[in-house]
Amino acid sequence: MEFVYEVEGGDFTKAGNASSAVKKTLKQLNVSPKIVKRIVVALYEAEVNIVAHAYKGTISVNINQDQIHIVLDDVGPGIPDIDLAMQEGYSTASSKVREMGFGAGMGLPNIKKNVDDLKVSSEVDKGTKVEMKTYL
Amino acid sequence: MAKQQIYHALKVDQDICYGCTHCMNVCPTEAIRINEGKARILKKRCVDCGECLKVCPVDAIYVEQDDLEKIFDYECRVALVPAVFTGQFPTAITEEEIFSEMKELGFTHVFQAEFMVDMINNLMNEQIAQNDEKPLISTFCPAIVRLIQVKFPALIDNIAAVKPPVDASAAFYKKMLCKQGIPESQIGIFYITPCAAKIAAIKGFGQNTNEVIDGVINMSYISNKLYHKIKNRKDSLKDLPVLPHLSSKAVQWSLTHGESDHMNGRSLAVDEIHNVIEFLGRLEDEEIPELDFLELRACDQGCAGGALLQGNRFLTVERLKIRANQLENDDEQNDDLQEYKDILQDKDLFITKIDPLPAMSLDQDFNEALKKMERIRNLMCYLPGIDCGACGSPNCQSLAEDIVQRKANLSNCVFMQRMMEKNRKLSGEHATRIIEKTWGNQRLDKDCSKKGAKNEGM
Repeated sequence: MEFVYEVEGGDFTKAGNASSAVKKTLKQLNVSPKIVKRIVVALYEAEVNIVAHAYKGTISVNINQDQIHIVLDDVGPGIPDIDLAMQEGYSTASSKVREMGFGAGMGLPNIKKNVDDLKVSSEVDKGTKVEMKTYL
Repeated sequence: MAKQQIYHALKVDQDICYGCTHCMNVCPTEAIRINEGKARILKKRCVDCGECLKVCPVDAIYVEQDDLEKIFDYECRVALVPAVFTGQFPTAITEEEIFSEMKELGFTHVFQAEFMVDMINNLMNEQIAQNDEKPLISTFCPAIVRLIQVKFPALIDNIAAVKPPVDASAAFYKKMLCKQGIPESQIGIFYITPCAAKIAAIKGFGQNTNEVIDGVINMSYISNKLYHKIKNRKDSLKDLPVLPHLSSKAVQWSLTHGESDHMNGRSLAVDEIHNVIEFLGRLEDEEIPELDFLELRACDQGCAGGALLQGNRFLTVERLKIRANQLENDDEQNDDLQEYKDILQDKDLFITKIDPLPAMSLDQDFNEALKKMERIRNLMCYLPGIDCGACGSPNCQSLAEDIVQRKANLSNCVFMQRMMEKNRKLSGEHATRIIEKTWGNQRLDKDCSKKGAKNEGM
């Protein structure tokens, strides 16, 4: 079963809407609260990443018997050095973004901690694709 | 899976309910459906918050409570009174007068539910320092504890292990009376409740049944009786009772910010159940930056907004603040805490484990739930998305859920009926029968005695 959500860059008031919708779905599917929490925390981080860095993006969530597969695809500046971005505390966020409480440099590391499988690919000036899998 | 028997205090009077949609629309856990013209409460989902009772235009929703006569089963009859009770009366009427009249009603003793606030406050602060899960969520409001069990099971470990002050105060007073030589079997402690959730909590859900409080009396019933007595009193009161000292903190404990103002670290207070649901959703996503303590109340203005209070909640808050200010000057730390602690046992102060009781899932089995969800998404292609409630479910989404759970049909939707009639799949006769099944027989007949009609009340 597939769910698709659109995310708009720079709109922090709506950041988290997709995560909330996914959370409601997972609860209805009787997925254990611990797993729901991990997925939602990871997805929320990734969703906020699009809002904070990209121009726009889509989130597609695929749920089947064995796994929950989430792909976040954005159009944006891209990540020049993914290994660096995966380091805790590394951040490119502007002061405006940090003032809003985002941009502590924990985004990608926190996602990695909360999912079973994470793949990040990016092309500078084109966009970033984040794929995460959680096995049930 | 074994069925959990959960006591609910909220009931629908089938004779009075005329099947409108007010309660169904306001219920924060979508626990109400209309069938055969009457509201039905889904026990698994109800958290006894009382929103339905507050909104019912004909007072068809009531709380199951103990009869005042029940107090006479005991020699020693204690009224355990929360501070908001006195807050309903004008400040010209003193606490002593109110409690003296309580005795006229048949109680032999009156004791304050917030007496143990200082000790509970200390214990909470100790727990804030120790607990791994942040923030620590207060157990003060029983509707909130139930809400977390039902709708936010991932947050179960955030709930504090410390009991609310009313439980500790009841246990303490019972022990004090026993010390005076009164046999425990002759002591009846009756809590005067401002809400339905407290009744449900005391009558028990899960293993946490209250063994100290012997009965619960509806506050609106008692305050009506008292107000009448005070208004009609001719002679002046004899022997005014001497009450234990209550701190200004304790007087305001049940109001919004009552707890959060006194907890260590970063604390936040959220009141009104829909606000709480929104906030807990964000907390679950870890969108909320580090907090140490969270005070959550189902009612707007805390207990002053309780469904069983007579007075206006804002005036109640004001009066309690006035009473608290009078106490401010002699407000010092209670030195007797250690002494109290020696009298009480752990079970008087700490709750046993709280189990999650998730009620929002479509099926216990993930694969079945997945299939049902697919069907729901398919049904949502057809339903109009008007969320009118005319089908007897609160909105289109919940009708779709009810359909896959075999509790409703697509033809319950009045707009779908129209489409079916247009396509000649449904006769007008049949459509009327469906509507009558949901809304009761002859529901669409002319009736000038119904609410708002020209002969109402005649």
